[in-house]
Amino acid sequence: MPQWDLANADCILVMGSNMAENHPIAFRFALQAKQKGATLIHADPRFTRTSALADIHAPIRAGTDIAFLGGIIRHILENDLWFKDYALNYTNLATIIEDAFEDPSQNDGKFSGWDEAKKSYSYESWQYKGEFVPSSLAEHFVNTTESFSDQTKRLQQGPTPKDETLQHPNCVYQILKRHFAPYTPEMVERVTGCPKETFVKVADALARASGREKTGTICYAVGWTHHSTGVQMIRAAAIIQLLLGNVGRPGGGILALRGHSSIQGSTDIPTLYNLLPGYLPQPHGLKPHHSLQDYIDHETTPTGWWHNFPKYIVSLLRAWYGEAGMKENGWGFEWLPKIMGDHSQNPMTLAIEDGLIKGLFLLGQNPAVGGSNAALVQKALGKLDWMVVTDFTETETASFWYKGKPVQAGELAPKDIKTEVFLLPTSLAGEKAGTFTNTHRLIQWHDKVVDGPGDGRSDLWFVYHLGRRLKELYRSSADPRDLPIRYLTWDYPVEGEREEPDAEAVLREINGYTWPDRQQIADFKDLKDDGTTACGCWIYTGVFPKNDHNQARSRKPDGPDGPGTHLGWGFAWPSNRRTLVNRASADPAGKPWSERKKLAWWDAEKGEWDGYDQVDFSTEKAPDYTPDWSKEPAGMDALSGTDPFIMISDGRGALFVPSGLKDGPLPTHYEPVESPVRNPLYGQQHNPTAKIWDRPDNPVHVPEDPRYPHVLTTYRLTEHHSGGTPTRSVASTAELQPEGFSEIAPELAKELGIENLDWVVLSTPRGEVETRALVTERLQPFRIDGRLVHQIGMPWHFGWNGYATGDIANVLTAIVGDPNTGMHENKALTCNLRKGRLDRPQNGG
Amino acid sequence: MKPIRRRTLADHARGFLRDWSLPRQLRGESPYSDAAKSTGSAKLRPRLEEADKVGTNICPYCAVGCAQLMYAKDGTLIHVEGDPRSPINQGTLCPKGAATFGWLTSELRMSKVLYRAPHADRWEEKPLDWAMDRIAHLAKRTRDETFVHKLPDGTVVNHTLGMASLGGATLDNEENYLIKKLFSGGLGMVWIENQARV
Ligand code: SF4
Repeated sequence: MPQWDLANADCILVMGSNMAENHPIAFRFALQAKQKGATLIHADPRFTRTSALADIHAPIRAGTDIAFLGGIIRHILENDLWFKDYALNYTNLATIIEDAFEDPSQNDGKFSGWDEAKKSYSYESWQYKGEFVPSSLAEHFVNTTESFSDQTKRLQQGPTPKDETLQHPNCVYQILKRHFAPYTPEMVERVTGCPKETFVKVADALARASGREKTGTICYAVGWTHHSTGVQMIRAAAIIQLLLGNVGRPGGGILALRGHSSIQGSTDIPTLYNLLPGYLPQPHGLKPHHSLQDYIDHETTPTGWWHNFPKYIVSLLRAWYGEAGMKENGWGFEWLPKIMGDHSQNPMTLAIEDGLIKGLFLLGQNPAVGGSNAALVQKALGKLDWMVVTDFTETETASFWYKGKPVQAGELAPKDIKTEVFLLPTSLAGEKAGTFTNTHRLIQWHDKVVDGPGDGRSDLWFVYHLGRRLKELYRSSADPRDLPIRYLTWDYPVEGEREEPDAEAVLREINGYTWPDRQQIADFKDLKDDGTTACGCWIYTGVFPKNDHNQARSRKPDGPDGPGTHLGWGFAWPSNRRTLVNRASADPAGKPWSERKKLAWWDAEKGEWDGYDQVDFSTEKAPDYTPDWSKEPAGMDALSGTDPFIMISDGRGALFVPSGLKDGPLPTHYEPVESPVRNPLYGQQHNPTAKIWDRPDNPVHVPEDPRYPHVLTTYRLTEHHSGGTPTRSVASTAELQPEGFSEIAPELAKELGIENLDWVVLSTPRGEVETRALVTERLQPFRIDGRLVHQIGMPWHFGWNGYATGDIANVLTAIVGDPNTGMHENKALTCNLRKGRLDRPQNGG
Repeated sequence: MKPIRRRTLADHARGFLRDWSLPRQLRGESPYSDAAKSTGSAKLRPRLEEADKVGTNICPYCAVGCAQLMYAKDGTLIHVEGDPRSPINQGTLCPKGAATFGWLTSELRMSKVLYRAPHADRWEEKPLDWAMDRIAHLAKRTRDETFVHKLPDGTVVNHTLGMASLGGATLDNEENYLIKKLFSGGLGMVWIENQARV
């Protein structure tokens, strides 16, 4: 959903985010909604400016979000508060699951299918009865080795098994009721520490903003993703929104608030190991991906939009390998490198430390501050043969060899460190042209206004000229392993004395054109799997629809009279749609649920869908269309006129997820890997599938370890940006937040004799940091299962370079991750706290 | 040539009375427009009048995507402000977005390539071309030393586990595209990640 659409919500729950401070401009829309009468709720471990502006602040212990959200789901189901016409028609609520399915409440915290030897699940018992449902390709999964099989083709033979009366004991409705039954208000209070009265107020406010006339939104940020159960927290929010009918409608949805200018763009066009552009899976060495045909056979879903997958991969290969790709060689499929497992940042750190990785490019990232177990990161960098950093100033990472922790501690001297280091100055937006994709999928062009200073160049320049040099070095190689670099298309025009590559030429390739005559393509429906189209990222098709039309540069907002979808401002992928699944903004018959919440509708006279937005559905598919199962329909033909979730194989919002998630089809409360308490809900303490790299240089402690009694959570500040380089090196922001600190509740400070601004030392099994104490009531202790638990907060922006400095919070954190994304758990761990300073040379120690 | 006439005290007084807003308001001039004008204010010029270039920018900090207007004169940046047309920020910026000018003009910005040789205890400045050649050479060497064409079981993998890349979330889509295309599609690197998981 677009951020401005928040203003249309009747209730907003901000959770896992301090929106007022970290996304202040987007928060204006939440305040606009509040002014119009919406209830604004903030559920968070800390009391922040977001809480101060909210109608309700629900304090919860860090890492217990699923217990809280699970309580809301139970409240909605037990009190029959769900939006019947929506959930029955648009979700898999009535679908029947295999008899063999068992819930964690039957298995002391684990689902059926657990393999103790492999420490992972098999998904058979989670399937729709008698079928095998492929996971959506769009899901961001890591190291999945399951593949689609012929069984998935059963989806083409008839509708999925359902019981519309919801009486079948294994229909999703009954399973949900059983699964969430233990999440009573009393249990919510016991686990999260939130008073049950406050919790019930939140659940009621959300449930009230539901139905034909009303919608509600849930906003989250890295306060959800940074957990060993991060994906399931978002899943829990999705279940609430599907039950309440808040997906695809104005003022309804889940808004992810992301932290970097093009973090969405760098996920869509992924500088990520497991994806190719447009959410196509990177080929895997341990999957049946031997040839293009194998890969297509195993990755194409038989039903739903992803059935078009072969067109996107073939067009991508054409864009990358040009003429060298032919039908006979699978358009060059074999030249794509195959991954072998998890190659994300956490294991990357360990692979550098272990000497597997010898060369490292750092393109605007600062892992010496931002990486978990930061002291280990800094030590590992010394194992590299070479490292290239492109940034606008000297980052902590670039200076690890003379200012890093091991050097400061006297364990290493620069002369002991072999790494050859290059630090290249870069240009910034405004000094180069190109596009950013914002958090709501909006692609916006930025102009070049001035040149970067001196030898400062764009990363486009760096990569283009590096590629040019490498192609030259490999030009005369006859070795088959050098074919990919030799054949890679790399003919971008350059301009000016600096030979800056033309960013529009790159965007034209991302958009896609016909092959070989290079006419821009306006719609991804026109992409082909026969080599006649080339396209760098299929979901971006339409951003450059004609040779001289760059839609990302369009700046035509709607006027005060609406409709307020602003289709003339930039380009939102896919196909300039501002709200995904917006077919669900109309009832099954195709009429808007209400005048107040009107967005898309079926125009029976014209025989097509119309709306204020680009409709996310087959334009001419009537609401009463039903698949003709006798023909074994494929792709979109297998979805009916009331199946709005076109990227999902059965077209239904997935309350229950049969495939694709490593840790279960439903969200379940597990304690963080490091927790001060035992899991009050199940015998299973933490996520059984969590990624834990427990090794001597990354130690993790057991629950209830008396050496580390306090909860620690890390967070961001308004004035600083992530790893901090772009704000700690700028005078105004550095002056506003000049040094690091940690927030401590008055009760804990009193107990330890700590006064405001005293030096304190925080420690975990990974390391220790010293920082100033900010004693504040913004942090409150919780009574958990009868015990008092304190929480400490520490911003993670600081480092030793720039104007604003402080110890690196990530020295405390562990390399531990969510099983689906591999994301770390830096929002909930445990630590010790004492008054005083570290024994360091500069402290006279 | 006219003789120079010095302004007398009376001239100053007349001038003050003429410029003073209150008497003019009493005469019925609007305090919001005519009466608000003075000789001093008539000389004021808009700060951006001298700009010879203006471009639209997108805030380089977070993913809200606020639009900015960027002004330059003679190739030098002189001002950055929120773009009032944007449906996202309607001219506003938060403390980070408002620091964009300070970021681009920060004294801590580098303009030369720095190089640290193995085991050295200092940086040295190097020409950009030299650095690019050296980096290309090292990348080729590491790739050639670590490239795997086939696994022992015959599976073609065409990858190298010996090189890695981090970063992208602060960069343009076009930059990310070329990074993934060259590093993955060209060189066979698999350790390619950005801030999306951080
Ligand atoms: S101005 Fe603030 S809220 Fe807007 S994009 Fe920049 S950092 Fe984000």
